[in-house]
Amino acid sequence: MLTFLLNDDEIRLTECGASDTLLDFLRIGRRLTGTKEGCAEGDCGACTVLLGRLHEGRLVYEPVNACIRFLASCHGCHVVTVEQLRDPDGGLHAVQRAMVDHHASQCGFCTPGFVMALYGLWMTDPAADVTAIETALQGNLCRCTGYAPIVRAAQAVLAAGGQAGDRIERDRAAVTARLAAMQGARVEVARDGADRAILPADVDDLAAVLDDHPDATIVAGATDVGLWVTKALRPIAPAVFIGHLDGLKRIEVGGDHIRIGAGVTYTEAVPLIEAEFPEVSDYWHRIGGWQVRNMGTIGGNIANGSPIGETPPLMIALGARLVLRRGALRRELPLEDFFIAYGQQDIRPGEFVETIVLPRRGDARVAAYKISKRRSADISAVAAAFRIEVAGGVITAARVAFGGMAGTPRRAPAAEAALTGAPFSAASFAAAGAAVLDDFQPLDDWRASAAYRRAIARNFFRRLWLEQAGGDQPVRLARAAGD
Amino acid sequence: MKDASDTTIRGGVHQSVPHDSAVLHVTGQADYTDDLPEPVGTLHACLGLSQIAHGRIRSMDLDPVRAAPGVVGVLTAADLPGHNDVSPQGRGDDPILADGVVQFWGQPVFAVIAETRDQARRAAALARIDYDPLPHLLDPIAARDGGAGYVTPPLTLTRGDADAALAAAPRRIDGRFAIGGQDHFYLEGQIALAIPGERDEIALHVSTQHPTEVQHMVAHALGVPAAAVVVTVRRMGGGFGGKETQMNLFACVAAIAAKRWRRAVKLRPDRDDDMTATGKRHDFVVDYSVGFDDDGRILGVTGDYYARCGFSADLSGPVTDRALFHGDNAYFYPAVRLRSHPIKTNTVSNTAFRGFGGPQGVITAERMIEDIAYALDRDPLDVRRANLYRDGDLTPYHQPVEDMILPRLLDELEASSDYRRRRQAVLDWNARMQAGDGPIRRGIALTPVKFGISFTATHFNQAGALVHVYADGSIHLNHGGCEMGQGLHVKVAQVVADAFQVDLGLVHVTRTATDKVPNTSATAASTGTDLNGMAALDACGQIRARLVAFACAAKGLTPDQVRFADGCVHMGGESMRWSEFIETAYLARVHLSAAGFYRTPKIHWDRTTGRGRPFYYFAYGAAVTEVSVDTLSGEYVIERADILHDAGRSLNPAIDIGQIEGGYVQGVGWLTSEELWWDAQGRLRTHAPSTYKIPLAGDRPRVFNVARADWSENREMTIKRSKAVGEPPFMLGISAFQAIGMAVASVANYRENPRLDAPATPERVLMAVERLRR
Repeated sequence: MLTFLLNDDEIRLTECGASDTLLDFLRIGRRLTGTKEGCAEGDCGACTVLLGRLHEGRLVYEPVNACIRFLASCHGCHVVTVEQLRDPDGGLHAVQRAMVDHHASQCGFCTPGFVMALYGLWMTDPAADVTAIETALQGNLCRCTGYAPIVRAAQAVLAAGGQAGDRIERDRAAVTARLAAMQGARVEVARDGADRAILPADVDDLAAVLDDHPDATIVAGATDVGLWVTKALRPIAPAVFIGHLDGLKRIEVGGDHIRIGAGVTYTEAVPLIEAEFPEVSDYWHRIGGWQVRNMGTIGGNIANGSPIGETPPLMIALGARLVLRRGALRRELPLEDFFIAYGQQDIRPGEFVETIVLPRRGDARVAAYKISKRRSADISAVAAAFRIEVAGGVITAARVAFGGMAGTPRRAPAAEAALTGAPFSAASFAAAGAAVLDDFQPLDDWRASAAYRRAIARNFFRRLWLEQAGGDQPVRLARAAGD
Repeated sequence: MKDASDTTIRGGVHQSVPHDSAVLHVTGQADYTDDLPEPVGTLHACLGLSQIAHGRIRSMDLDPVRAAPGVVGVLTAADLPGHNDVSPQGRGDDPILADGVVQFWGQPVFAVIAETRDQARRAAALARIDYDPLPHLLDPIAARDGGAGYVTPPLTLTRGDADAALAAAPRRIDGRFAIGGQDHFYLEGQIALAIPGERDEIALHVSTQHPTEVQHMVAHALGVPAAAVVVTVRRMGGGFGGKETQMNLFACVAAIAAKRWRRAVKLRPDRDDDMTATGKRHDFVVDYSVGFDDDGRILGVTGDYYARCGFSADLSGPVTDRALFHGDNAYFYPAVRLRSHPIKTNTVSNTAFRGFGGPQGVITAERMIEDIAYALDRDPLDVRRANLYRDGDLTPYHQPVEDMILPRLLDELEASSDYRRRRQAVLDWNARMQAGDGPIRRGIALTPVKFGISFTATHFNQAGALVHVYADGSIHLNHGGCEMGQGLHVKVAQVVADAFQVDLGLVHVTRTATDKVPNTSATAASTGTDLNGMAALDACGQIRARLVAFACAAKGLTPDQVRFADGCVHMGGESMRWSEFIETAYLARVHLSAAGFYRTPKIHWDRTTGRGRPFYYFAYGAAVTEVSVDTLSGEYVIERADILHDAGRSLNPAIDIGQIEGGYVQGVGWLTSEELWWDAQGRLRTHAPSTYKIPLAGDRPRVFNVARADWSENREMTIKRSKAVGEPPFMLGISAFQAIGMAVASVANYRENPRLDAPATPERVLMAVERLRR
C-alpha cells in the first residue's frame, strides 16, 4: 500500500506502477489540472509542486517536477499543488496576489509552476535577494513576460513576509505526525501485477532487495530515469526507489575525510559545498534548476555514468573514492576508475553506490568551471575541476578532471604532468593549457564543436591562473546588482 | 474603493488593468485545452514520425502498432476521407500524413489511436517503416546550389538603380550574414480535442491563433462544409505564431479519427514530437552590398535573402516578403533592390513567428549600419541617425513614411540611458583591459525598430465582433481574436467598457468560436487589438445608437442630450444607472445585441509591381543594451537594458509594458542561446528544453528600464489612437546582439566588425574572439 498526503487528503493506493508519474496522477487521476505538463523532462517547471518529506524526522518542503517524479516515490510525503494555495475563503495567497499585482502572468501556462517555486522560496529563504530569486527560478521557463514582473513579484512578496501564519507552518506538527506514521516498513506496489516498485525500509533492506533483484533499476532522484520513462518509454521494473532513505543522505565531516551518502541531493550538499569548497558554489548552483537540485543526487549523477554529468569531474578532481556495496560486502575505488568507457561503469549486478569519500581540502586550491549555451540549467559543453597544491612557489600536486571532452568524465594526465613540479606561474598554466589538448579528442555535437571544446579547455587554465594569481582585473562575469 | 467624486469608470481605456485571467492563472484555474473535462470514452492519438530526411516509403508494417495494448486503430494517408493537405495557401504541398514520400525527419507518417495517451505513444514506437533514401538538402545555400528551387514565388522590391548607386558610391561593403531560426517554445504545446456530432458535424477545442483556418482545414480533410465544423479556443498557453497554421495537422488528425471511431479524440504530442514536427522561425542567409559616403550616408543597397523554408510553402511567401519589407528597418535607401529566395529544404516547413520575417530584415539592416560604422570608425548611433527616414521618404515598396518619430524617440532614449557617457566608459574599460590583458570586455549598442502594421495580404485586415447586452446590464463580448497571453481580451473589453461607460467588471469576455464570429483572420501580425477592438466598438456603437434613439423617444430628447458616463445614462436632467436603463430598454423591446465589423482603411498592395501601401502605419521603438563578455569562454551577461517604445496612446500601459519586456527577452533569446542544430542526416537535435535553451530569469537584464513613448499618438484613426505592440519590441533584442559584437571587436581594437552570425552562442563569440586575435 502506497500512502501519502495530497493537499489535505490522505491517499492510499494499492495499484501503482513503478513508471506512474506524479503529474499523470494529479492531472488524470485527480483532475487537479492546475499543475501543467510543458516538457515532461524536468526542464520547464510548469509541473512544479511542493513536496514535503521527513528528513531525519524534520519536515522539509521543496519544489519538485511532478512530470519526472514517480508516484511511488511520494510514499510518506506531502504533495502540495497550486490548488492548495488559495485561502479556504477564496482569497489569494500572498504569492499569488503579488503575481497579479505585478502583471506577472501573460499566457498563464507557466504561472502555477512559478507560483509554486516562489512559494517554496518565500517559505524556505525569506531573506532571498535577487540572486537567490534568480537561482530559485532556474527551473521555470516563461516565454511571455521576460521574467521582469515575476522577479518584481518575488521581491514584493519576500519583502512582505508573513510566513509564520502560512498554512504549511500552521499544519507543520500535524503533517509531521501523519507522515511519521507512514514511515518504517518496506513498501511494494505494482499495477496489474506488473511494473513493480519497491521502497526498501532502510539501507540494509536496500542491500537485501538488490541481492534478490540484481537487475532492478535503482531510482534515486529520477532526474535521469524519469526521462527513460517519459521520453524513451523504457520499462524500469522492477524499480527500487532509494530517495527516501535517510541512511543514504548523511554527510559526515571527519578530520581527514568527508563521507557523503549517495542519496544526498544537490540541494542537501549546498551547506557542505559552501563551507568546504566555497569556490565551487557558483558551479554547484548551475547544475540543473532548483527542482532538479532538490531531486537529483550525487550518487545518481555518478552511477548513471553520463559523460556530461557535472558532479564527476568535480569529485574526481577533489580526489573522491567511491564505496560500492552488495549485501554486506563493500569495496572502494578511486572515482575515476569507476568510469570505464562510454556507457560502461565498474558496477556489478546487485551493487549500489553507497558513499562518496572525499579527502579534506587542507590548503589545496580548488576551482570548477562549466561552459554551456545558457548560463544556468543547461548541460555543460565542457566542465572542468582543479585541485592544486602550491608550496614555496612550486605546484606540488595537481588533479584536473574534465567532463564533456570524452566518452567518460576523466582526468587530464598531460595537463596534470605539466603542472606538477612546475613553478606557480603564468607560463606553467599556459603549458598545461597546451598540454590538455593532448589529453582529449572531443566530439562535435549540438552543445559544442570539438574546436570550441578544445579552445575552452585550454582557456580554463588561463582563467585558473588569473584567478589564482589574484590580479586586480575581473576574471569572471559578475552581474550588476540591479534592482 | 471608488471615490464618490470620481466619475471615471473602472477599467476603461488607457488604464493599467490586470489581464482578465490573471487570478485564474495564478490559482491554476485557467483552463487550457488539455484541462477541459474529456467526454466519456475519449480516445488519444499519437503521430508516427519519419526517421529520414528525404526518402520514399518502401514498406510500412503497422501490424505491431495495431496489435499493441489499447489500440483502437491506425490512420495512414490512404485512410483519409478528404483532402490530404493543410497548406494554408491551398497549394497542396502540405500533407497531413506523408503519402509515399517523406520530405523531412520528423514528418508525420501515420497516426495511432488508443484508449490512453500512454498506450498510443507506446504503440507508435512499434512501427516498422523502410525507406529508399533520397538525397537531402538542409541549409538554404546548399539547397540553392543543389537546385532545390523555391517553395513559393520570390519577390523583388526595387526603387532606383541600385547597381549604379553601388558603383558610384565612394565606399562599398559586401557581406554575408547567417541568421538562425527559432523555436516558438510556447509553454503549452500543440493540442486538439475533437468531439464528433450528428450527421457531418464536429466540434473541436484547439490551441490555435486561427480557429477559422482550423475550421476550413478540418472541413476539407473530412469533405464536409465549413458550416458543419465548430472550432473553439478560450486561451492558448502561448502562440507567438506557432499556432497560426501549425495546429491544423493535429486538428485534422483528431477530427478524422473522431468521425471514424465516433468517439472524442485528443491529440497532444509530446514536446519532442511537437518541436520536431512543427515549423519555426525561418533561418536566413543574406548576401548584401551597401554603398555609402564618407559621412556614413547610405547611397545604395542590394540584398538577396535566402530562407530555409522547409519542404513546403506554409507561410513562407508572406514571411520572406516581410523580410524584404523590413530590409530597410528605419533607414532610407536612395536606391535599393531586395530579392527574396524562399528555398525548399528537407527540413520542417518553417512558419510564422513574432515578427514574421521582419526581424531577419531588420537585423540585416542593422548589420549594414554596423559595417559602415566600423569602416568609418564612428559610433554606430551616428550612422543610424544619418540615415533615418524623414517623413515623405519612400520605402523600397514605394509607401511614403508619414509618421516618423524616431528622432525624438532616440533623443529621449539617448539622454535617459546616458548612452554617450556610458559608451565612452565602455571604450575606456576595454582599453584598460586590452592593456592589462583582462578577459572581461564590454559592449553597448542602441538600435531602433520601425515595424509596419497590417497583414500584407490585404484581405486579412478585417474582423468581426459580437456584443450582447443582457437585460440585467451585463455584457457578453465575443470577437474573432484569440487570447494567447498578449492581453487582447482585456483590451477589447476595456474598449467595450469605455463605449458604454460602465465598469470593466460588467464585461464578460468569452471564448473565441467560429460559430459566433465567422470568417475571422488569424490573431497575428500584431493586429489583434487594432482589428477586433474596432469591430467591437462598431458593435457597441450600433447598440448605443439604438439606446440613444430609445432614450430620445422615451424622454423627448435630442441625441446630444443623452450621455453615457460613470456607469449611468444621463438623459437631460435625469440619470439612470446602467442596469436600470438597460432593463427599461429591454422592456421597451430595444434590440440589445449587435455584430460589429471592421476593415482597415487605406491599405493596398500589388505584389507583382512591388508597390503599394501594405501598412496602415508604423510602430517604433529603440533599446540600449550593455553587456559584459568573457573573452576566455565566450560567455556573456546583459548588464543593463533601456527601452523606449511607441505603443501610441496605449489602451493598457501595464499590458503593453509586458509585451515590450517579454518581446525584448524573446528577441535576445533568438540571438543568443537559442540554437537549432541539425545533424548531417537532417535530424534536429535541439528539440526539447534540455537541448534548446530559451532565456531564464537570470538572463534578463537586472537593470531593465522600460518605458513607453507616452507622448506618441497614432496619426491614423486606430482604436483610441493606440498602436500595435505584439511584434515590434521583439526586434529590440538586436541591441544586445550588437553590444556583444562590440565587446568582441575590442580585442582587435575595433579594427573590424566581427560580424557574428546569429545566434551569438558563447561558441560563436569565442571563435570570433580567437579569429580576431590571430
